[in-house]
Amino acid sequence: MAEQKDDDILGKAYDSQLMKRLLAYVKPYKKYIIIAIMLNILVSALGPLRPYLTKIAFDENIANKDFDGLLVISAVLLGSLMMQALIQYFLTYYTELTGQKIVYDLRIQLFSHVQKLALKYFDKTPVGRTVTRVTNDVDSLNDMFSSGIVSIFSDIFSIVWIFIFMFAMSWDLSLVTLAVLPALIYATFLFRKKVRENYRDVRKHLARLNSYMQERITGMNVVQIFSKENDELKNFSSINKDNKDVNIQSIFYHAVFFPVVEMLSAISLALIIWYGGGEVIQQHLTVGVLLAFFQYTEMFWRPVRDLSDKYNILQTAMASSERIFNLLDDNTIIQDPENAKKIKDIKGEVEFKNVWFTYNTDEYVLKNVSFKINPGERIAIVGATGAGKTSIINILTRFYDIQKGSITLDGIDIHDMNISELRKYISMVLQDVFLFSGTIKSNISLGNKEITDEKIMEAAKYVGADKFISQLPNGYEEIVKEKGATLSVGQKQLISFARALAYNPQILILDEATSSVDTETEILIQNAIEKLLVGRTSIVIAHRLSTIQNADKILVMHKGELKEAGTHQELLANKGIYYKLYQLQYKDQELKSA
Amino acid sequence: MFGNLKHLNKYFRRYKTKLLLGVLFILLSNLANVYIPLNVREGVDTIEQTGDYSTVVNLAAVLLAAAFLSNLFRFFIRQTIIVVSREIEYDLRHDFWSHIQQLPLRFFQNNSTGNIMSHATNDIASVRMFVGPSVMYSIDNGIKFVLTLAVMISLSPMLTLYSLLPMPLMSLVVYIVMKKMHTKYTRIQEKMSDLTAKAQENFSGIRVIKSYEREEYEISEYKKESGEYLNRKMDQVKLQAFFAPIFMMIAGLSAIIVVLAGGNMIINKELSTGVIFAFMLFLMDLIWPMISFGWVANMIQQADASMKRLLKIWSEPVDISNNNVDDLITSITGDIEFRNVSFRYAENLPWVLKGLNLSIKQGETVAFIGSTGVGKTSLINLIPRLYDTTEGSVLIDGVDVRNIPLKVLRTAIGLVPQENFLFSDTLANNIMYGLEKRSEELVHKVSGIARLSKDVNSFPLAYETILGERGITLSGGQKQRSTLARALAIDPKILILDDSFSAVDTNTEEEILRQLKEFMKNRTSIIISHRISTVKDSDKIFVIEDGKIVEKGTHEELVAKDGVYADLNTKQLLEKELSEMN
Ligand SMILES: Nc1ncnc2c1ncn2[C@@H]1O[C@H](COP(=O)(O)OP(=O)(O)O)[C@@H](O)[C@H]1O
Ligand SMILES: Nc1ncnc2c1ncn2[C@@H]1O[C@H](COP(=O)(O)OP(=O)(O)O)[C@@H](O)[C@H]1O
Ligand SMILES: [Mg+2]
Ligand SMILES: [Mg+2]
Repeated sequence: MAEQKDDDILGKAYDSQLMKRLLAYVKPYKKYIIIAIMLNILVSALGPLRPYLTKIAFDENIANKDFDGLLVISAVLLGSLMMQALIQYFLTYYTELTGQKIVYDLRIQLFSHVQKLALKYFDKTPVGRTVTRVTNDVDSLNDMFSSGIVSIFSDIFSIVWIFIFMFAMSWDLSLVTLAVLPALIYATFLFRKKVRENYRDVRKHLARLNSYMQERITGMNVVQIFSKENDELKNFSSINKDNKDVNIQSIFYHAVFFPVVEMLSAISLALIIWYGGGEVIQQHLTVGVLLAFFQYTEMFWRPVRDLSDKYNILQTAMASSERIFNLLDDNTIIQDPENAKKIKDIKGEVEFKNVWFTYNTDEYVLKNVSFKINPGERIAIVGATGAGKTSIINILTRFYDIQKGSITLDGIDIHDMNISELRKYISMVLQDVFLFSGTIKSNISLGNKEITDEKIMEAAKYVGADKFISQLPNGYEEIVKEKGATLSVGQKQLISFARALAYNPQILILDEATSSVDTETEILIQNAIEKLLVGRTSIVIAHRLSTIQNADKILVMHKGELKEAGTHQELLANKGIYYKLYQLQYKDQELKSA
Repeated sequence: MFGNLKHLNKYFRRYKTKLLLGVLFILLSNLANVYIPLNVREGVDTIEQTGDYSTVVNLAAVLLAAAFLSNLFRFFIRQTIIVVSREIEYDLRHDFWSHIQQLPLRFFQNNSTGNIMSHATNDIASVRMFVGPSVMYSIDNGIKFVLTLAVMISLSPMLTLYSLLPMPLMSLVVYIVMKKMHTKYTRIQEKMSDLTAKAQENFSGIRVIKSYEREEYEISEYKKESGEYLNRKMDQVKLQAFFAPIFMMIAGLSAIIVVLAGGNMIINKELSTGVIFAFMLFLMDLIWPMISFGWVANMIQQADASMKRLLKIWSEPVDISNNNVDDLITSITGDIEFRNVSFRYAENLPWVLKGLNLSIKQGETVAFIGSTGVGKTSLINLIPRLYDTTEGSVLIDGVDVRNIPLKVLRTAIGLVPQENFLFSDTLANNIMYGLEKRSEELVHKVSGIARLSKDVNSFPLAYETILGERGITLSGGQKQRSTLARALAIDPKILILDDSFSAVDTNTEEEILRQLKEFMKNRTSIIISHRISTVKDSDKIFVIEDGKIVEKGTHEELVAKDGVYADLNTKQLLEKELSEMN
């Protein structure tokens, strides 16, 4: 799958294409960035200034036993220190603010984009992966904006200042001190390369570990029912071990790199003593210069040492932004037409004309399906499992788009309508019930303010759910757990049924909406909605024939084709597939009641 | 104070040698490290006083040797202590998982997946941070602090005193800031996990959101949460931004004091220049321990809180325990009896089953029928001990299920849960899930019985088709039949079908039932269904109402009885006859 590759993205530390796109998000906060850079230039000069001042203190005040001068210099030192600290505070604050704001914008954009994606995307992408995009990936961009880019600026500025001061004091000692620089650059380069590869492995194994756990936690009852705990623990251990191993590998790289850097810095010190010492003895240099150089090495080494961290941040951010942009560029969106036709008050006439449809490009799931539903009619769809019943619903509401043929609503092609317009008129109870965590009430209204408490209770009454709801300790305010875990399946179906009725639709679609509900309740519901839905179109998919035999028209699906259509009586007289179904379900009862 | 972390001792003990070595390396590394500033001092003094260049060169060489040793040991520190932290992380996670797997269904219904995941990831990560970096830095900094301080005092007690003056104050400030940060940090974490949970739920329920046109609403809710996250984050940044300045102030102030006080002492000939050089270097070594004191303290606090959460999970009772089992039982035949079984999900929730009695003979096929939410699923869940009875007992072959080893019990039961769950793996692997040994042949056989084969043959990859999450790309009936096939594959003594045909058309259902008849010979079978057509051929039908069995018998007996079942039957008939009159 194409998506899978996303996790393998290595990321360069700098990719101009990506950077350009990212900069677009920075634009609204240009002001902050400019302020930050200016503050940076200021602050980065203040640090390197101090060793220079100590040199003066040594060579001019202390050497000449001038205590008052020493006091003055110390005061200047203190002043510059406090100024630097103060500026640093605001600098941190503003860069973080900018980063957070950018990340906020991006997160909302990403989330909104995902809302628009077609179901095709969700079919092939595990939920966890999309969640990672809007959380972790976005967060690593924040790291880049707040601690990456800005501090790289400040590092560069301060290195430049350090060079200026050092070379001004003694260019030959500077060259000697910096002799280890090539070695340092080389070591960093090597480390970076190793860590880069290792980092990808770390990420991959962590993702594997997490998705493994996530899936087993959701399906733990299956694990336990089949007594697979031991086998699963074995699988888990091997994934856990792989994860440990890559991490230990990464410890090794760090364990080598950091001491090497420290060692190089010690070499610099030794060089200062060795060469600088000679110069001082020959009176070419003063002791103060040595002291300043000691401080500069330390100052200079810190950013270099952090460089690999920064590099990691940048690289992670680049990889994340690539994944983010891939998602933003994912155009599996069912588009609204350019000149959408407006409709007011639909009548509810639906027509399928020679519709062909497939989820993937392999084999058609619906083949040349044509039928017409008149306004206010009650339609039933029957057929074997996998015949394509749910698929008919899926394309009517444009969850998926068809390949050939046309679907019209009140004579208007649904592809010429805004999707929101289309879905506004249709309510459906999906075959796979989904409840959100929240309350019973919020699950029926889905946060829609127009649906009042009265409406919620009325809808619940229609579907006979109020009985069990009122027995719950908190009634309609009872907490619903993730996926409605503490309700029986039938109860969940009733709630999602109530949801559909509360939205008071023009067209009601029920996809096996009462399959787990007892017959008595089902009859109750039927009687109730019969009254409720006068004049409205409804489409019902069901297997219990008692549920559907009163329909105005019954469509019989078989392997993606519409095989029969007509009323219950007509179809019985036809002696086709429907007749056979009917016989199966009722033969014994007829015998016995006869 | 950090009592929860005590529980890590057993893990530490496992890696005792490595850890002790690590501590030894820390000590050695720091010892060698002290020689660097000391050599610098001597070097500078030599330069100033005697000007003997060869001594200076020698000192530089010794400095290099000291640095080399110190850094060599640094390498070994990471290779011991930090490596051990990963080992312990592995162990912790392993123990966590093996415990989680034993927890009852109840636990998973009351805790969200995201919540459990955050224990497995965040909490374990923060405990690892304690085990590795925190321990390493505490010991390292402790030793470094003592050593450095001792040497500094030996060089010049007064200058030591002066230069360290700002440090306690600053590290107090760090500690206070850290402490405040901690609460802010927790608030951020909370929001973040809300945000994650929100996204997770939204994406899982996207079909509902789309069909009810709730996208805009969801976006506005998400905006609210994100906005709140932003606020909390910036609230924390206000404090966090103090760190860099504080760091600067400590380092800078001490250095200024050294220059001022030390300079004065040089003027008064109380000190040599070399000492000032050494102090500058020592200070750099000392700043980090001072700063990190607050940092480590905070990390320990976090680790402690995380450990507390982990311990809470560890202490979750495995209330489906394997303790009182009779190990002599290695197989079961399949007689089932419910004796005065009462059951409720929690003390504050109503009774679901109230003193229910029933018995099923080995080889029988029985059916349960009853209205929605009456407790059918709850009842059958008691057999494989997904839940235990609140009162009374369930017996198999006359033995209380609590005395049968769980593995024996569960491998003998093929349960098709009402809500199907499939792994995102191939269809074949899903069907073979309960098997010890793979067998393609068996897959074909059970798929034949479950009438799955005809659908699968139309899939391009047949049984190798990779299913989407939870089997998303299958139709409802296909999912049900796959889970049925999975249960059949383990060759169970007891087969339980919980409303397993609700998404299957009657025609296919009839075919499956016909095939199953052969399969169910000599097995005990329990079927839950709302369709009379599904249950009518059972040896016995139980009608459940109000937590009890209100009727039992064959279809004929019950129809003759004129009770609830007969009523149901006529209701379905009535519907039919009504339509025939039209
Ligand atoms: N999201 C999907 N992606 C790919 N194939 C699908 C998807 N949903 C359903 N199918 C396939 O399309 C066929 C028809 O499914 P469906 O319309 O759900 O049948 P049903 O009549 O049982 O409702 C089945 O073979 C099923 O496997
Ligand atoms: N995990 C749970 N926690 C609390 N209550 C539950 C839980 N599962 C089911 N219930 C409640 O117990 C009752 C019986 O549910 P169940 O056995 O699933 O009914 P059904 O007969 O439809 O299978 C219902 O009222 C349901 O709300
Ligand atoms: Mg379907
Ligand atoms: Mg049930």
